[in-house]
Amino acid sequence: MAEIFELGIADIRSGVASGDFTAKEVAETFIARVSSAKALNAVLVETPDHALAAADATDKAKAAGETLGKMAGVPIGMKDLFCTEGVATTAGSLILEGFTPQYESTVSSNLFKAGAGMLGKLNMDQFAMGSSNETSAFGNVISPWRRNDGGNTDLAPGGSSGGSAAVVAGRIAPAATGTDTGGSIRQPAAFVGITGFKPTYGRCSRWGTIAFASSLDQAGPMAHDVRDCAIMLEAMAGFDPKDSTSLDLPVPEWEAGLKSDLTGKRIGIPKEYRVDNMPPEIDALWQQGIEWLKDAGAKIVEVSLPHTKYALPAYYIIAPAEASSNLARYDGVRYGMRDLPDGAGLQDMYAATRESGFGPEVKRRIMIGTYVLSAGYYDAYYTQAQKVRTLISQDFDKAWESCDLLLTPTAPSAAFGLGEKSDDPLAMYLNDVFTVPSSLAGLPAMSVPAGLDGQGLPLGLQIIGKALDEQGVFNAGLALEERAGFVAKPEQWW
Amino acid sequence: MVSMTESTYRIQGGTGEWEVVIGLEVHAQITTNAKLFSGASTEFGAEPNTQVSLVDAAMPGMLPVLNKECVRQAVRTGLAINAQINKYSRFDRKNYFYADLPQGYQISQLYHPIVGEGKIEISLDEKDPDAHGKTIGVERIHIEQDAGKLMHDQHPTMSYVDLNRCGVALMEIVSMPDMTSPKDAAAYVRKLRSILRYIGSCDGNMEQGSMRADVNVSVRKPGGELGTRTETKNVNSMRFIQQVIEYEAQRQVDVIESGGEIVQETRLFDPDKNETRSMRSKEDAHDYRYFPDPDLLPLELEDDFIFDCKASLPELPDEKRARYKNVLGLSAYNAAVLTAEHETALWFEELLETTDEPEKIASSAANWLTSELFGALNKMGLSIEKSPVSPQQAAELLGLIADGTISGKIAKQVFEIMLETGDGAAKIVEEKGLKQESDTGAIEKVIADVMAANEDKVAQYRGGKDKLFGFFVGQTMKAMQGKANPQVVNELLKKTLGEAG
Repeated sequence: MAEIFELGIADIRSGVASGDFTAKEVAETFIARVSSAKALNAVLVETPDHALAAADATDKAKAAGETLGKMAGVPIGMKDLFCTEGVATTAGSLILEGFTPQYESTVSSNLFKAGAGMLGKLNMDQFAMGSSNETSAFGNVISPWRRNDGGNTDLAPGGSSGGSAAVVAGRIAPAATGTDTGGSIRQPAAFVGITGFKPTYGRCSRWGTIAFASSLDQAGPMAHDVRDCAIMLEAMAGFDPKDSTSLDLPVPEWEAGLKSDLTGKRIGIPKEYRVDNMPPEIDALWQQGIEWLKDAGAKIVEVSLPHTKYALPAYYIIAPAEASSNLARYDGVRYGMRDLPDGAGLQDMYAATRESGFGPEVKRRIMIGTYVLSAGYYDAYYTQAQKVRTLISQDFDKAWESCDLLLTPTAPSAAFGLGEKSDDPLAMYLNDVFTVPSSLAGLPAMSVPAGLDGQGLPLGLQIIGKALDEQGVFNAGLALEERAGFVAKPEQWW
Repeated sequence: MVSMTESTYRIQGGTGEWEVVIGLEVHAQITTNAKLFSGASTEFGAEPNTQVSLVDAAMPGMLPVLNKECVRQAVRTGLAINAQINKYSRFDRKNYFYADLPQGYQISQLYHPIVGEGKIEISLDEKDPDAHGKTIGVERIHIEQDAGKLMHDQHPTMSYVDLNRCGVALMEIVSMPDMTSPKDAAAYVRKLRSILRYIGSCDGNMEQGSMRADVNVSVRKPGGELGTRTETKNVNSMRFIQQVIEYEAQRQVDVIESGGEIVQETRLFDPDKNETRSMRSKEDAHDYRYFPDPDLLPLELEDDFIFDCKASLPELPDEKRARYKNVLGLSAYNAAVLTAEHETALWFEELLETTDEPEKIASSAANWLTSELFGALNKMGLSIEKSPVSPQQAAELLGLIADGTISGKIAKQVFEIMLETGDGAAKIVEEKGLKQESDTGAIEKVIADVMAANEDKVAQYRGGKDKLFGFFVGQTMKAMQGKANPQVVNELLKKTLGEAG
């Protein structure tokens, strides 16, 4: 049998339920994995007590013959964007240094109610703004993966959920929460060879999750495989009256509905996703994905999403606009950092606090957002971007007339070296080219690891579904997963 | 509506007459137990920062959830002023930094307010409202969050923040620039306040800040182009609103006539010095970067909801006043006075409910209310809800006058005792022996005595000195300790004195 640390959610759950091992053994295993993985800088705060307490509760429940929760005995990593009661929460930013929430986010609370424990708070791009984890104020996460060239180049784990990606890929945690605004679950999942799922906007409550761009932010699971993602999403999702944009719908039983036979399904291949300068390996993998889905019984159709090229520009107006307003509350008055120079007044305190508290990428986006909402520019930028957003949604609606799901690459490249793109924000933004359109349309989408490139680095394929059709996305993902047979893991160097 | 002509308000400048144009933005706190987007309490006067939820303090990850009661009250208010109810409305963020605004933005409704155009009828003559009425247009009503409060007097070098008010629901009621005098503005605010109190959407308490106004003033030559306006913020009493208009209109005329120009700006009123001062000009105006709040869905109202709001409205002041006049037969003045405050009208109606034929007692009851009761309450500094005499007790008292048991004069005495003791009128009359004498035999006997004691005056009267009649009435009443029925005394005296001697 495999070692406990190699197991995912489903295996841990059944192992605990059948008595192969206790939840406590599982927790202790991963607590040890966390404490020996400091070189990756993926965990900002370790919370072994939390994991042990949850494990203890599961073991007691089992001993008492009670029905165990969906996540019983599974310790997870928690992206630091989720407010956790009594545990420091910073969103990767200095401006929240010293902030300890007195409340538990709905998503983390749901997971704990389902029996999960928490191993620690995970490093991330500051306020979820970044695609490489390099914008974290607490140092970047280093990917567990290395190129097969024998060199030691540190690679980006992707972002913004880079800590989540790293701990799951490194088998430091069996699963982790992520959040996705324009690709922050899917791109890092693709970079490290794990499965990441962004549900329909509104499936997971945003209450207690630190806001980046409210109309786009969605929490989702990052785990070993499709089944684990289905289990974990069932635990995370659900209507929350505290979030006005939460969907008032029951949570389907996605795990029970998993089925990799795609007979009768039509898979659309959007022609606009064939971008310039895409590595041939990614193109080839995409082609391979098409064959796999055909093999699973699906029919392949070419579709057009004509406004795709406007998605990134629209996203980089809408997301910063919302962020510039959402981040106004970090002012040094009530919590977190306060920089009060001698003799400073209120305005000086704001300026000093925000100058030293926010990192450069956050400032860039606040300034872009402030600019595009300004009088005289609002219509030219924000209103126009909202129109584009509507057109992009309509593109998808039109595509659904001829197909049920879409298959695309997740990212236009494999993981890049740390520092390789950090000087060029535009090159960094291009990483989101395949993930942003479905975010703008609020659609469910997932990245499934599908192969390795010539440097031995993972590549992912993305399935996009209709709103609320998480099941369709899971099923197509499962069909890919079964055929890709992706088993590669990073060699442990840390 | 008759337009007001005889009392047109004009500023006399060196270059002739100037007309004043006024628009008001009234901020009315919606009467609800909870704030607009959080469950925190809204009670006035609590210790600082004891009514603050995580949402109000803008803790990370907190989200607003709309309080439906606030929506209901805004819709009812719109319906009460015959306004268009917008079935689709939306919330926008107004972004600016200040320590009393934890979110860094106020949630308001710029682009799509919940209520569109409506109108309010005002009157400038309390004695005859219909003859001097005027219609003031309402441009819109939107709902928004209030901010917190800065306290500058708690520490020598620091300011403190109290977030109790932060997030409290306000209606901003924006008038058209239809007012042309300080009296217009006062009448408008008075009427608006009356309507809000009638329907219970705002308690109208200006001292506690439940209602305050931003006053927009400009001047122009009569009938000319609109001048540049200034906006004086947060004026919190009826008197101050009038003072602001008077001061601001005069100031603007002075500036223009001395060759200057009015700049569009925000001003503050200083009640101690009775002047307005510039707060910030248009150039320093904030760019609020309004945009739709992505945390909130657009607000869409169902027909049923609007229907229910409409059905929940009480009889409004104008309707009530018309009914009092036309059905109950009250004077225009009484009808206006009794309907100005909802509580007064309710008290009056409770009194009328003691009879099956309210029309019969309405006028006398109204007269008694506006003179006796109001006078007494005024003296005691009490509002009508706190009246020591209940409507039922008042009805009993009025009944005793009506059936001749006591005279109006005795009734005043009885009322005084009622106010002191809380006892019923009949009981007091009985115990104090105040019952009026209507027995003609007894009165005739006294009259005979009076006439016998004043034969000279009887002769003078009979000789044509009619004025002496009052003397005989007085003597008779005095002899009967005021308890004689004056009507009977009058009749008998007329009869007896009229007989040839």
